[in-house]
Amino acid sequence: MSLSDAMHATGVEVNYYFICKRKLWYFTHGITMEHNSTRVEIGKEVHKNSFKRKNKEIMIDNQICLDFIDKELIINETKLTKAMNDATRYQILYYIYYLENKGIKQVKGIVHYPKSKKREIIELDGEERQVLDKVLKFIYAIKKSNSPPSLEKKRKCKKCSYYELCFS
Amino acid sequence: MKRNYYIFSNGRIKRKDNTICLENEKGKKYIPINDIEALYIFGEVDFNSKVLNFFGQNNITVHIFNYYGFYTSSIYPREHLLSGYSLVNQVKKYLDPVERIKLARETINTASYNILKNLKYYNPRRNEKLEDIILKIEKERKKIPYTNGIQDLMGTEGRIRDLYYSGFSIITMGKFKMKKRVKRPPDNPMNTLISFGNSLMYTTVLSEIYRTQLNPTISYLHEPGERRFSLSLDISEVFKPIITDRTIFKLINEGMIDQNHFTKELNFCHLNEKGRKVFMQQYEDKLNTVIKHKELERQVSYRRLIRLECYKLIKHINDIENYEGLKMWW
Repeated sequence: MSLSDAMHATGVEVNYYFICKRKLWYFTHGITMEHNSTRVEIGKEVHKNSFKRKNKEIMIDNQICLDFIDKELIINETKLTKAMNDATRYQILYYIYYLENKGIKQVKGIVHYPKSKKREIIELDGEERQVLDKVLKFIYAIKKSNSPPSLEKKRKCKKCSYYELCFS
Repeated sequence: MKRNYYIFSNGRIKRKDNTICLENEKGKKYIPINDIEALYIFGEVDFNSKVLNFFGQNNITVHIFNYYGFYTSSIYPREHLLSGYSLVNQVKKYLDPVERIKLARETINTASYNILKNLKYYNPRRNEKLEDIILKIEKERKKIPYTNGIQDLMGTEGRIRDLYYSGFSIITMGKFKMKKRVKRPPDNPMNTLISFGNSLMYTTVLSEIYRTQLNPTISYLHEPGERRFSLSLDISEVFKPIITDRTIFKLINEGMIDQNHFTKELNFCHLNEKGRKVFMQQYEDKLNTVIKHKELERQVSYRRLIRLECYKLIKHINDIENYEGLKMWW
């Protein structure tokens, strides 16, 4: 697969890949859920109300959308909780990876958790580059597939907006 | 959880700042926009495009009923959950005759199961007088898997429905007699209640379909797109016995509705405002009744069950899981 094909993923898709592959399938096939959960609303508010002075939501190539960038080329991302740690981390790592492939080197990332007043610095290393290479291929395969990955009931399912779709 | 709002009075509906305001000679009444699931309008109401835009932005459907309480139309906002993939598959299932009849049969199979459930609930309470009807329906029901084409299936469905309706006067202990189901216009109070209930069911299902990727015009049992959102009619079949019929039985058996709730001038064939209000209240209570869902392991309302039925259809259409209709387990 050429690089340009592999690059065909959005940050959300990488994020979903780590959360749930079935959710990723639904999402990439246009089957999205109505967002009427209060949790989602809280997340949106946190997003809206933090770092108000920054120029937010920078869209690149219609593929990735960065919350905001600092002068020293740091990608910043705001999240409500650490619950989906791996998914968030790889979402940022993917942004760094993406920019790298465009020739923008030495990019770092920071995840902010305004609610708990914490932050986490993220840097891309060789091993993670390999993981991302593989992940992008898997995402590509899931998008092309006609059926979603099989159902697995996990603890996190209960909070998912797709819960009723999966288990009805 | 958002709610349905029912407007019986006349007046003007306005957008006031960021919310909705109903204004008439009695004063102003505010409805928080975020609390509205759908709006049902029975009164004579004015609105302007500003408020319609506002409803559109907030994905609120508005259902309109005429002076006699008959459903006439819906203001259905732009689709906000689109999936081209799913739509193509929904159409594919319609175009394939084998697939289409499979879904149509399951709809009728489920509807008749729920019909039998109602009859079996009332049978011991009515001195086994419904026994004969139950046996006849069970016999008809056995034919469903062998029906040849939609017309044949519709025939079986019609016979089941006639048998079922013939049991209504036994269930209601002769208080509301009905010889035959007559629509447009209904010719007696029982027919009026059924018509009113069915049109409510139709709008409730439509509101739920709107919250999913399903296209409401493509259906399997009913012919698609004939004047109406026919998928809504398909799904209604499953829920009519569970929701509207049960509401009607309760209204009559508990004496909540009587001749005074109908307009006399028109042969008691229209519910008056008082009658509609009583009906709506019971209907709404029914929709909000919760039961424990086995697979989901959580409490769900009857209204939510309709949404779950839509989800099951989405899964069937996209070949994820075979559709199996909701058979009353309680």
